[in-house]
Amino acid sequence: MKNTLKFAASMAVVAATGASAAEITGKVKLNGEAPAAREITPIKADKLCGALHTKPVMTRTYVVGADKGLANVAVYIKAGLPAGKTYTVPATKPLIDQVGCVYEPLVSAAMVGQTVDIKNSDAFMHNVNCQAKVNKGFNFAQATAGQVNPKTFDKPELAVKLICNVHPWMSGYVHVFDHPFFAVTDKDGNFTISGDLPDGKYTVEANHLKSGVVTGEVEVKGGKATLSLELAVK
Amino acid sequence: MSTPPSASTGLFRYSFGVTLATLGLVCIGGLVTSKGVGMAVPDWPTSFGYNMFALPISTWRTGGIFDEHTHRIWASTVGLLVVFLTRWVGGAASRRILAWIGSTELAVGAGLLAFAGSNWKNEAQFLMGISAVVLLAALTPWGRNQASSTAVRMAWMAFWTVQVQGSLGGLRVVLDQWTVAGTTGGILFGVAHGCLGQLFFALLVCLTFRLAPVWESIRQSDSDSYPRFLSRMACLLVLGQLLLGLLMRHQHAGLAIPDLPLAHGQVWPATDAASLERYSARRDGFEPITPFQIHIHMFHRLNAILTLAAVVAVFVKTRSLPQEAAARKMASVWFGLVCTQFTLGILTVLYDKPADIATAHVAVGSLSLSAGILTAWLCGRNSAVKSAEPLGKTSIPQMTTPAAVG
Repeated sequence: MKNTLKFAASMAVVAATGASAAEITGKVKLNGEAPAAREITPIKADKLCGALHTKPVMTRTYVVGADKGLANVAVYIKAGLPAGKTYTVPATKPLIDQVGCVYEPLVSAAMVGQTVDIKNSDAFMHNVNCQAKVNKGFNFAQATAGQVNPKTFDKPELAVKLICNVHPWMSGYVHVFDHPFFAVTDKDGNFTISGDLPDGKYTVEANHLKSGVVTGEVEVKGGKATLSLELAVK
Repeated sequence: MSTPPSASTGLFRYSFGVTLATLGLVCIGGLVTSKGVGMAVPDWPTSFGYNMFALPISTWRTGGIFDEHTHRIWASTVGLLVVFLTRWVGGAASRRILAWIGSTELAVGAGLLAFAGSNWKNEAQFLMGISAVVLLAALTPWGRNQASSTAVRMAWMAFWTVQVQGSLGGLRVVLDQWTVAGTTGGILFGVAHGCLGQLFFALLVCLTFRLAPVWESIRQSDSDSYPRFLSRMACLLVLGQLLLGLLMRHQHAGLAIPDLPLAHGQVWPATDAASLERYSARRDGFEPITPFQIHIHMFHRLNAILTLAAVVAVFVKTRSLPQEAAARKMASVWFGLVCTQFTLGILTVLYDKPADIATAHVAVGSLSLSAGILTAWLCGRNSAVKSAEPLGKTSIPQMTTPAAVG
């Protein structure tokens, strides 16, 4: 009885706001033959970093998975959202980890004001040098394993670069949006954008650091939509 | 009769040692930029909050921290050596000035510590550390004789330059993210730091040359064979090349063009959006190539050719001087260095800018600038000598041993 009341109450809220939990799912594929990844040789040459790997660590310019799915692509709603509407900042905290002298994941995404946890999982020093162009940059050291520094970004900005100058091959990227409707593709190029998204037509953009951007149109009906996008090798 | 102070072998050797240490510093500085580790230690004048001389060895040895922190320690050592060089060259007369400077720095440091709050504590302590070195030099009783007035002026220039240079290095770190007119403090202070570092090295080379016993044996004339104007112009070209090179390094334009002698297969690459996209696609990594990177790289290549041509012209012109002529010898050294530098530049591009070759390119660039300034100095020196002590007849400047002169 209690649960039924709760459900009814939540449905009433949804009806009143006109928003509902919606999902845009899809896949980003790579058109063309990606150049072969190269070994990041300085990792092997570095005594501390090299000891953490048994296999060669490769560049991640194009990470292509099953059915030519392209990983590390930020997919987000570019247009179609109600003008002037503000959104609640997600409570989740994306984690950017420095592990084995590599940023994991390579590409992250966050909303303006959302806390991003930057972690050092290695047992030695890294510095996190944020080379933002729109947001305020920062540069701090993380000396010990397990150290986490929470950071937020004040303005929307694509591909905010994080580098480690202690190990100059290390870099990671954060895309910052002024709404919560974004995702980053997994190893097979799949993505899911979810949230309180009203039914309607939207322009969705996919942004890959090397391949550039591509947009597609999608219509959310009954809280569901699917979209396939294709980026070309550049 | 006592030996003239300017011929003091001990002072010359000390100055030579300081100059070599500075060349080492230029190399480490070049390596720091080549490897991109300049911000590995995010704070200054402390290192990760430590007094820089107390940083644990285990941290010092980690990745790029090793290069950056070694650069800091080495730079501090060179600063200390230059303070004592100034004291030695300046003789007893320098003690009072050094005492005044040291006391002022101490007072400013103590004032910062007392009144500016904890935010300035590290800077205050750093300044007080410098003041302690300067006061120690002032208190040193040895070395009462003063070198020549030219050498004294040069030593004081080196004294102030090394302090400004250290501050620029620090500002490059603490103001890295600061932006003015679209340029970050990291680039602005990085370029200024690199440029002043090379000029500082050239200044020390000239000072050491001036202190060398062989200097006394150089005789000059008012011969018209000296390429005075040409050598000065060639020096300016080297200086311009140095600036272009620094801009290239700090704008990461070294690999914006990967081929030689053509550039992206063209004489001067197009910089429209489609062309830039094509260039960027050819290289690893995500950073797109910008028109500025293309143009600065091309100007560096163009100026390299002009510089080489100018130095060759100086070299050819000085061939008409007698073999003993100091200017002729120095022009030969300059020519050799510029040819080496030209080759290193080509290798930097062809081998994908490895840190060791790129650093050698920086070091030989410093030596080229120094050799150029010395050549221009030797070529132009005769007119000054002429007005000070007119020679009865035209004689050609020569570099002979003191024994031969005696």
